[in-house]
Amino acid sequence: MAINRRDFLQGTSAAAAALGLTVGAPSLLSATGLSSPRSVRPQSPGDAVSKDLVLLALDAATSAGASYADARISQNNVRNVSTREQRVLGLVDNETFGIGVRVLVDGAWGFAATHELTRDEVTRVARQAVAQARANRSALRRPVTLAPVTPTPDGTWRSPARIDPFDVAIEDQVGLLLEANEAALKVLKPGGQGMGFVNSSMFFLREEKTLGTTDGTFTVQTIYRAQPSMTCQAVNVAAGDFQSRQSTDIQPMGRGYEHVLDANLVVNAEKWATEAIEKLSAKSVDVGRYDLVLHPTHLWLTIHESIAHPTELDRALGFEANYAGTSFVAPPEDVLGKLRFGPEFMNVQADRNQEGSLGAVGWDDEGVKPDEYLIIKNGVMNDYQTTREQAPYLEDWYRSQGREVRSHGNSYAQSWADVQFQRMPNVSLLPGEADLSWDDLIAATDRGIAIVGDGSFSIDQQRYNAQFGGQLFYEIRGGKIVGMLKDVAYQIRTPEFWGGLDMLGGRSSYELGGAFGDGKGQPAQSNSVSHGCPPTRHRAVNVINTGRQG
Amino acid sequence: MSGPRSLYQSVAAPHLTREQARALTQRVLAFSSSDEMRVSVSSGSTANTRFAVNQISTAGDNTNVSVTVRAVFGKKAGSATTNRVDDESLRALVSRAEALARLAPEDPEMLPELGPQEYLDINSYAQSTAQLDPAGRARAVQSITNPAVDAGLVATGYLETNAGSFAVATSRGLFAWSESTSTALTTTVRTPDGTGSGWAGATSNDWTKLDPAALGARAIDKAKRSANPVAIEPGRYTVVLEPTAVGNLVQLIVGAAQARSADEGRSFFSKPGGGTKIGMKVVDERVTLLSDPRDPEALGNVFGGDGLPARPLTWIENGVVKNLAYDRFWAQKQGVEPSAFAGSLRMMGGDSSVEEMIASTERGLLVTRLWYIRPVDPRTILYTGLTRDGTFLIENGKVTRAVKNLRWNESPIFMLNNIEALGAPVRVSASESGGPGTAVVVPPLKVRDFTFTSLSDAV
Repeated sequence: MAINRRDFLQGTSAAAAALGLTVGAPSLLSATGLSSPRSVRPQSPGDAVSKDLVLLALDAATSAGASYADARISQNNVRNVSTREQRVLGLVDNETFGIGVRVLVDGAWGFAATHELTRDEVTRVARQAVAQARANRSALRRPVTLAPVTPTPDGTWRSPARIDPFDVAIEDQVGLLLEANEAALKVLKPGGQGMGFVNSSMFFLREEKTLGTTDGTFTVQTIYRAQPSMTCQAVNVAAGDFQSRQSTDIQPMGRGYEHVLDANLVVNAEKWATEAIEKLSAKSVDVGRYDLVLHPTHLWLTIHESIAHPTELDRALGFEANYAGTSFVAPPEDVLGKLRFGPEFMNVQADRNQEGSLGAVGWDDEGVKPDEYLIIKNGVMNDYQTTREQAPYLEDWYRSQGREVRSHGNSYAQSWADVQFQRMPNVSLLPGEADLSWDDLIAATDRGIAIVGDGSFSIDQQRYNAQFGGQLFYEIRGGKIVGMLKDVAYQIRTPEFWGGLDMLGGRSSYELGGAFGDGKGQPAQSNSVSHGCPPTRHRAVNVINTGRQG
Repeated sequence: MSGPRSLYQSVAAPHLTREQARALTQRVLAFSSSDEMRVSVSSGSTANTRFAVNQISTAGDNTNVSVTVRAVFGKKAGSATTNRVDDESLRALVSRAEALARLAPEDPEMLPELGPQEYLDINSYAQSTAQLDPAGRARAVQSITNPAVDAGLVATGYLETNAGSFAVATSRGLFAWSESTSTALTTTVRTPDGTGSGWAGATSNDWTKLDPAALGARAIDKAKRSANPVAIEPGRYTVVLEPTAVGNLVQLIVGAAQARSADEGRSFFSKPGGGTKIGMKVVDERVTLLSDPRDPEALGNVFGGDGLPARPLTWIENGVVKNLAYDRFWAQKQGVEPSAFAGSLRMMGGDSSVEEMIASTERGLLVTRLWYIRPVDPRTILYTGLTRDGTFLIENGKVTRAVKNLRWNESPIFMLNNIEALGAPVRVSASESGGPGTAVVVPPLKVRDFTFTSLSDAV
């Protein structure tokens, strides 16, 4: 890697380069047009200039004393088209481009990042990361060790996006949303009368990133994510009541513009608007215990909060205690292979390879190829989500199972400006053996509530006590839906809720839901993750009425 | 011209000076071929150190600049943002925004960009914050972790600093620039057996106003006292809410105080039958809630994203709704003055102390802070969440023991109708994420009939 720097020095003014390499402070002079860049700037994270900068950063970091380093150049492009009624609220096209360098010095981490992709600045940032690691080392008690990794010297990966959303004409995107709004308004305000509102939007991300590590990994990945969404709101002014229906039937995906086209927004808008109006006159729920039949468009969020978050190893070990919290699934040595989460037929899988899922990647942000593993196996706690730093904590468990100590590839940073840490892969509840459907679960239920779509959610810092709302609530009597309910939320204690799981849909009822912006860490970073599941039934869950007036 | 001087700017604060920002925005405006244009530029650095299990876990230092262009043709607008500031990238940025604007449908609510404005004189830039380096952050962390280790406890936490400038310029001659700093330090200290947890946090624009050792001592004390909590029945309780818990809830009122949604009938601030609740008494007459960006304990924004000046605004005075938030369009339509959000919030207090509130309580709960606060019903600003990191039982005027955490379903409006006593307002760390967030100054409160709906085993 040192060769690259020598090549560079030969190809430019040695004096200027030497000056640049010794400047201690970043300068925004170039931002004011007072100086011009001395080197060619990268145009995309995958180009030769970027590769050169990544190698330069690794070289500078190791020269300054790092035992390990990784450098990540990424360009995130975001497009957001948002509307309300017949008006465009925003047409926004954002890009951010830069490099982040992470180093390990004597077992302490350091990380520094910059938007200025020049050789001088990249070198400065690498050295800054090393200096910071030395400062951090003063408060070190347990040095970081990394699980082994098989390097990928030349990897490329791309989301299965058929249509790049950034290539689609903006007027087509705007036109589709306004057409869907019009379809909703015809229902919400028939003949232009009455009060009703509709918001709609499309949100797209394209992330191109290059990662190099001192282990010899060099990968280039292009990741797409797409989220079309609508909210229809019906208002009864006289009663002071208003009710919303969000488009939770359409979940965010790791796809391109084809996901928007497949969403049938115009046809669905009419349905969502009709349901918003129906909610105004729905019966307010009677509090009590009900059997719940949960649709995949709702259940994904319950899985996310009550299974996926508490099985993050950093939470279980106490690393997130100051914000996200710790976990009831802890300590690892007391729960792995021992803690019963649910019935024998409950299996929860982690992966980053489901087609079109938000968590899909070729390699994680420390160059590990993610694997597929069971977090819950036959109802029992089986594994945690890990990074290279974390996997060694589970060495005893893995050895007892005859498994190697390796990271599951669950490291992620939201952008070049942020340090990577353990983030959730796709975490999915596997379908049952019998191919039961949503209707089969309802037909088998005597007295219950069926819930469609995710709504309000809140859960404690160890993931015991949670409260979930939804979009649509239906009363079930004698195996049939007898009417719509409103003001419904259910409260759970996680072990009892999953212990009360007694029916599971089959393969053909399995769907992917997901979170585009799951927050964790300090500063909070956003991660995108899908959760697949069939519909489920849960026995005797506590339902509250949220419509109190004082 | 301050060009050469910037070479010697602190590593921690490489943001654009007023003259650099002016030069950059003028350079961008010169590329414009649209009818109107707005350019905004934010630049600066953000730095953080995290600690967990009594040692630094990760840290980060980054510098960035972000340029946003809003291009307008007639009644059509589009926006684009980049962090690449060479001429070629800036030309491309203007082209992208203009291409979006040309293809946008006409906006019936389009207003012209603002010309020059008068701004309040607010300086929230503190060198102490801008110059705190990784070694200084590590020393602050050790002033918490070392006593925690000595006490046989486990400290975790987060320290963040931000230093930067923000500028807005329009083709109508507006140029606004401000620089600011912010910092936040929060810590959670737990007992090794996981049965006790205490929290303390503080935020300011000025690092010297934060006392890491004192925060650590408070969290350590709470961790010890909160160990081995007992279960109590959920239900309605009299509560003594420490200022952080009050801030967690009261700031939600301002978020809901949007004039337009109130006029549209879809807000707590909508009057049944039509119109808004301005002029109506909605909470206890001892409640006054205001935003003043010049508040010395909670310095706020000079201007908003469109260059609109931030002004002092009273939301609720003696229990009566005085003002709601109006953007420029809705203000013009309703014939009122628009104002940018001040980024600062104060609730006036009373002369009680937390000790007096406890002493006057026969049976109730003392609450440190609230967590995972999410909306449940916007008709009443009803939220749900949990208590966290220090919840105690009060019996016969004394704190008697730690209790398990509880889930609540409550509205800050209901809460402010049930006030028993108010204390002296203090600046709190009211954001759940531990970042600086909105500057919030609130009193401790004693409140009756706070609604807890279930018990949590979480510590």
